[in-house]
Amino acid sequence: MTFTVIRPGLLTTLQDLGRHGYQRQGIVVSGAMDSCALRIANLLVGNREREAVLEITLAGPVLQVQDDTLIAICGGDLSPSCLGQRLPMWRPVLVRGGTRLEFGKARSGCRAYLAVAGGFAVEPILGSKSTYLRGNLGGYQGRALQKGDVLAFGTKSIFATRLQETLRQTASMHPDSPFSTTGWRVSEEVLPAYCHNPTVRVIKGRQFEAFTEESRHHFFSALYQVTSQSDRMGYRLQDVQGAVLNVSQRTELISEAVTFGTIQIPPEGQPIILMADRQTTGGYPKIAEVIAVDLPVLAQLKPGELVRFCPVDVVEAQALYRMREMGIERFKQGISLEG
Amino acid sequence: MISIIPMGDTALVLEVGHTISEETHRRVQAVVQRLDQQPISGVLEVVPAFATVTVYYDPFQIAYTELRDRVEAALQGLTDVELPPSRIVEIPVCYGGEFGPDLAKVAARNQLTPSEVIEIHTDAEYLVYMIGFAPGFPYLGGLSERIATPRRDTPRPVIPAGSVGIAGQQTGVYPLETPGGWQLIGRTPLRLFRPEQDPPTLLQAGDLVRFREITAEQYQVIKEETP
Repeated sequence: MTFTVIRPGLLTTLQDLGRHGYQRQGIVVSGAMDSCALRIANLLVGNREREAVLEITLAGPVLQVQDDTLIAICGGDLSPSCLGQRLPMWRPVLVRGGTRLEFGKARSGCRAYLAVAGGFAVEPILGSKSTYLRGNLGGYQGRALQKGDVLAFGTKSIFATRLQETLRQTASMHPDSPFSTTGWRVSEEVLPAYCHNPTVRVIKGRQFEAFTEESRHHFFSALYQVTSQSDRMGYRLQDVQGAVLNVSQRTELISEAVTFGTIQIPPEGQPIILMADRQTTGGYPKIAEVIAVDLPVLAQLKPGELVRFCPVDVVEAQALYRMREMGIERFKQGISLEG
Repeated sequence: MISIIPMGDTALVLEVGHTISEETHRRVQAVVQRLDQQPISGVLEVVPAFATVTVYYDPFQIAYTELRDRVEAALQGLTDVELPPSRIVEIPVCYGGEFGPDLAKVAARNQLTPSEVIEIHTDAEYLVYMIGFAPGFPYLGGLSERIATPRRDTPRPVIPAGSVGIAGQQTGVYPLETPGGWQLIGRTPLRLFRPEQDPPTLLQAGDLVRFREITAEQYQVIKEETP
């Protein structure tokens, strides 16, 4: 049960929900940029939701499928296909052995998540299979996939085995099709509010009041472009009007912890949003923090896209968070009935 | 009084102090010890820095206001906490030569000889205020002003792991190969980041560090013995 990498794509790495518990030792958390897509992809193939999947960036890989394999692809639509036929997303798909999984044009979003039933059989490091590229840590040999890599799978759950059997029967009725899939898919309520040029909700940051009144107002009315200097560590934004954000008094900040979604403003005045591979601590003033439910939306932005920020408070953000988690709980219960 | 401030919807920050001082550091350590000993359900991680402690949590398990109250209650009577004595960690360093290409410059800038720089650097005891920036990177306090040296004008694209450097009033050791602008005075054969061990880093916040001078031969021997 393997994938062989025929073409690696732009940046394909193994990611799970991240390496938690070691930030006090300076260990970068990493993990999926779009954790929601990762969790759903895993649940669709009967994995634990924190299992490692392939995070595929913009230009996806070509993978040789050895045996019949139960997969799910969630997140950005990077045109997944098999023998020229488009593969459906957000549902379990049984792909025939001996075929090739390919990705094409990025139709929407930036990152797709490919889960296989049983997960990927790599050794966890500090409790996680996530790849931290700058530290050559975890994942597949601490690096992005390369041509010729062979990825082995772990042991499937009973749910996956049953689902695979059902899909095999469906497949036998359509011998010409390279894959078969279910009649059901993830309900809309669970999906992140993906959109092109989104407005992202934020909570005011620890140093929000340190900015000039003009900068505080400007931050919430400005249109920012995601620059090409954006990666898993952080997104560098550029104000489309060229305006800069200023603090009232320039003081040296004492370094402290930062997190996924922290928006910091370095002296040149253009925001940086810290993402999955952020360092654990930082010393720039933090103007805002992106709320957790909007991080998947952010994770799907491509360089060149535009983003705005709008303020919410912690109570509202956490109500949205609980709603999402309850949706995922309902989905989990529903799926156990389907299997 | 410790202020509690939300950092987004999945973390909160405890403001223990506003300066970098040993006293603030001890209070930070006391807060971490208290929260480690009395874990609150829903809290995922407690991360100390110079003057703050950040608490990461799952808002599906505990809401911000409830967590704030629980943390406040947990920190009652904090002054009584006794901290265990600091661990002293000795770090062997081979100074100068190819391992410390900036040693002569640091000496010249401070009107010292290279051996005087080494003597001053090995004479002090350094407090690990916090770990951050990179896996296992210690922010050390206690560098003598006599060898303080500004960063290089042009950062080096690659600094080997184990390099010991000076940047302004700070000294430190690079755990991973990274680019950087520190003045390099030597290198240790020890690994500061060792993901296969628990804890995965040589140093922890609160440790005391002493540097000891070793020869190039001793460097090779220790390097080969270090797993």
